[in-house]
Amino acid sequence: MELTEKQLQWKDEFRAFVDEVVVPHADVHDREQYLEPQVIQKMKEKGYLGSMLEKKYGGMELDWVTIGILNEEIGRGCSSVRNLLTVHGMVALAILRWGSDEQRNHWLSTMAAGEKIGAFALTEPEVGSDAKNVQTTAVLSDDHYVLNGHKKWITMGQIADVFIVFAQCEGKPTAFLVERDSPGLTTTPIDSLLGSRGSMLASLHFENCKIPKENMVGTVGIGLSHVGLHCLDYGRYTVACGCVGLGQACLEQSLQYARSRKQFGSVLGENQLIQKMLTEMTVNVKAARLLCYHAGHLKDQIDPDSIMETWNAKYFASKMVNQAASDAVQIHGANGCSGDYPVERYLRDAKINEIIEGTTQIHEMLISKNSLRNT
Amino acid sequence: METTNVKVKQFLSKFFRKHELQDDEDIFSLGFVNSLFAMQLVMFLEKEFGIKVDNKDLDMSNFKSINAICELVDRKAS
Ligand SMILES: Cc1cc2nc3c(=O)[nH]c(=O)nc-3n(C[C@H](O)[C@H](O)[C@H](O)COP(=O)(O)OP(=O)(O)OC[C@H]3O[C@@H](n4cnc5c(N)ncnc54)[C@H](O)[C@@H]3O)c2cc1C
Repeated sequence: MELTEKQLQWKDEFRAFVDEVVVPHADVHDREQYLEPQVIQKMKEKGYLGSMLEKKYGGMELDWVTIGILNEEIGRGCSSVRNLLTVHGMVALAILRWGSDEQRNHWLSTMAAGEKIGAFALTEPEVGSDAKNVQTTAVLSDDHYVLNGHKKWITMGQIADVFIVFAQCEGKPTAFLVERDSPGLTTTPIDSLLGSRGSMLASLHFENCKIPKENMVGTVGIGLSHVGLHCLDYGRYTVACGCVGLGQACLEQSLQYARSRKQFGSVLGENQLIQKMLTEMTVNVKAARLLCYHAGHLKDQIDPDSIMETWNAKYFASKMVNQAASDAVQIHGANGCSGDYPVERYLRDAKINEIIEGTTQIHEMLISKNSLRNT
Repeated sequence: METTNVKVKQFLSKFFRKHELQDDEDIFSLGFVNSLFAMQLVMFLEKEFGIKVDNKDLDMSNFKSINAICELVDRKAS
């Protein structure tokens, strides 16, 4: 698959932006566990927070392959900045696809401009992979829904203005928009994570949290089957592309080191055992990238198979990047275990990708069942 | 209606390989479809028939059988 002239131009633009704006701050994001406001500001100025939205809302209206390239490049620089694009886009796309006209008009322009940041609140302390059994409840009372429950591990939960929250309504999973300042909602930061440490996670506590009844997204009972899975499809795609970028960063850093570090009188890159790791990294990053381009291409065609191809891409890319990051640390020896080189961060960030947007095991269950049925 | 029926049946046959699906049979009660099916079906209908399924159409009774799906497509297309 070849990129068009336009897509190549975008890639150059994104790459230059990441090298200039994102890479210099990635270490601080990781160490200080927050995103630098100036980085978010520059993302807004470029319009990247509206990358997934139509021009009529002030978005960039990029094709899906180009959205993938954007997430790859940002992921090459900083996984947490890419996480911002992921969760924000998940909320924006849920509103675009299943929201009411009023919700679209109210939210999408401000979200495209990055004036309002979105976050995705599905997971709970007791419910992760088994998402349809979330325990948070929403009960209609006059012209409000009243939410009770607890969400955990919510990326950007410390800074988001609006959450898409999944709760049982009349016993069925249903999606709601909850603004940060809703009465009865409190958030608590979560720190000291293994990776994605700049992603400003939070727990959300709903205690008789009142929201207008118009804040339901879609209808009762379609919260997961339509709204949540639509969000997660974008989430999975952008995480997969982010893994390709992170894999590319592992490769570039390893090549640079292998060219300069000398042992036994020659550079590491002369050593066949090092060459093997570099070969695997080179080929596996390319393979993951092609899976992502293929999924993006099918999305541009509105092909129903794009959904499964996105699962395939995320599965392969998230496993791939763990091997790549582990090998990158190996090639760097002790230096790779220190904060002097970025590869130790790459390794920690890589692991998160096998847990978010469906764990590796959930992918193995779903992909194999699909193959058993269809092939 | 005839061709809509054939196209819908063809799409669904991927999911119901070992079962000859009847026009009025309840798709969801058979237990063949996984959690991604609803999204795949919506995408298929929008692409194949050039319609837009929105939140007002998301009554499960619109999707429960081949007949119901064909009626939805006809209604949206007209
Ligand atoms: C950095 C980070 C950011 C996150 N951001 C968000 C966010 O923004 N919004 C949000 O809603 N959630 C978020 N999450 C939560 C994430 O989506 C969940 O952690 C994930 O869905 C897995 O759920 P769990 O952690 O409860 O694991 P569990 O579901 O308890 O699984 C534990 C282990 O058991 C395995 N397992 C579970 N069921 C089976 C089975 N049937 N067969 C075989 N193996 C199984 C899993 O694969 C996993 O290895 C985030 C998590 C992290 C770490």
